[in-house]
Amino acid sequence: MPATEAAVEAVWRIESGRLVGALVRITGDFATAEDLAQDALEAALRQWPRDGVPPNPAGWLMSTARHMAIDRYRRDAVLRRKLPLLAAEVRIEQEWEGPMSIADRTLDSAVDDDLLRLMFIACHPALTVDSRVALTLRTVGGLQTREIARAFLVSETTMGQRIARAKKTLTDQHIALEMPDAGELHSRLADVLAVIYLIFNEGYAATVGDDWTRPALCQEALRLGRILVGLQPDQAEVHGLVALMELQAARLAARFDAEGHPVLLADQQRSRWDRLLIQRGLAALQRAEDLDGGPYTLQAAIAACHVRAQSVDDTDWTRIAALYTVLAFVSPSPVVALNRAIAVGMAEGPERGLELLDRLADEASLERYGQLSAARATFLQALGRIPEALAEFQRAASLADNTDTRTIHLRQAAALTDPDSSETR
Amino acid sequence: MRYLVLLKAVNVPDSVPPPELMAAIATLGQEATGAGVLLDSQGLQPSVSGSRVTLTGGRLSAADGPFTESKELISYAVYDVRAKEDAVEWTTRFLVAHRDLWPGWEGEADIIKVFGPEDYGAGEAG
Repeated sequence: MPATEAAVEAVWRIESGRLVGALVRITGDFATAEDLAQDALEAALRQWPRDGVPPNPAGWLMSTARHMAIDRYRRDAVLRRKLPLLAAEVRIEQEWEGPMSIADRTLDSAVDDDLLRLMFIACHPALTVDSRVALTLRTVGGLQTREIARAFLVSETTMGQRIARAKKTLTDQHIALEMPDAGELHSRLADVLAVIYLIFNEGYAATVGDDWTRPALCQEALRLGRILVGLQPDQAEVHGLVALMELQAARLAARFDAEGHPVLLADQQRSRWDRLLIQRGLAALQRAEDLDGGPYTLQAAIAACHVRAQSVDDTDWTRIAALYTVLAFVSPSPVVALNRAIAVGMAEGPERGLELLDRLADEASLERYGQLSAARATFLQALGRIPEALAEFQRAASLADNTDTRTIHLRQAAALTDPDSSETR
Repeated sequence: MRYLVLLKAVNVPDSVPPPELMAAIATLGQEATGAGVLLDSQGLQPSVSGSRVTLTGGRLSAADGPFTESKELISYAVYDVRAKEDAVEWTTRFLVAHRDLWPGWEGEADIIKVFGPEDYGAGEAG
């Protein structure tokens, strides 16, 4: 049965992480490993559509990459000098165990280690954050450069250059490809979690462009997080981040109405929230709390308050405010302070909310942050201070950097002046 | 994108499922879970354990199994994958395991798309 290109790429997405991870271990060089993996993919894209997917596609890809590796070592004098050739070649021969059938393809901790090491390399602090995102999606997620480029609204050329630069940085700076040691593990793991959450947020609240959310990126991040849970099951914050993403992703489908217009949390049809993801998120949160989680776990606990509530009024705002107070202590930031002010206002009344928001007025980093204006507007509206609320909604709209957020605030502003359209979405 | 996969047996050999097949299925399940794509899966009991509620011409009726069906549903799986082809690939691997480890077994798997946020006006991330 000949394979379509899409079918080849599907196999690739499944195998990419383990393949590149194993090749890094075998070749001792990230860029070489990545090149070999891509060459193997290209070979598959040439052959499989003609001959069909081989019975053991993972074995085929590994075997092809390995032959290419040996060829390159033999041909390339520079590579031989740069890498410990003989050792490498001997290692390649030894590492290779021949084709596996599905029956004897057992779960192997070495494979897990390869994949985990690959995540640490792709999210290495020597790389720019943009590069970490691109390398993670490409090697662990198995995405093509054109797909990553489209998701981040840059040209394929730009994304290709970004990836090439990142690979060069890893080689030039002789970045160690070993697993981080115990002392370093915590901060390196935090780097990986940050990259995954960044990908999620880029999908959840697209910072630029016309789409309010791009669910495919959220789902990509969620899958990466679930992979990491399997690799680091004892780390509380891994569960915490996955819980947070599952619970936020559960609301994705409700964030748009039938016409594709964005819908705020308060007005979402909660029956459209995804019960399977909620259940998974709450289970992950339980594991995170049992392991004594940190900031991600706290944020997941806040998200859990929302999904447990039947409506905005039914929401346990007192608990949310308390969780934000703890979060502001362990992981202080102006945005956390803002969210805490909103939650306290919801729990204790709009006057108290406004009072806390006004304390943030001098916060330089919030000066052009539309959410502060939107929050003030909501409390002002609740207090009947309509002209002030109107001005703040308009200001929030003018500060919004994506079309849908702007639309929401303009609609809220319009609703204040035209009672007939008072239904906010 | 979420897909529901319903596995149906058409011809089942007169033997218990080989332990090697059960082990291979368990391994594949762990792999798919570890890859972050398998959200849920369970085996399904023969329809003799179930019931069917029917609405025909305004009349409701409920009847206990077994239902006369040429294909017996034997399991379901819920996948969260990037594209339909990924669900096809994982499902193919399960069927390959059946082919290789339980000669004579024949069946089919329906791969059905579940409505998701990508179907509700949200943009496509590519």
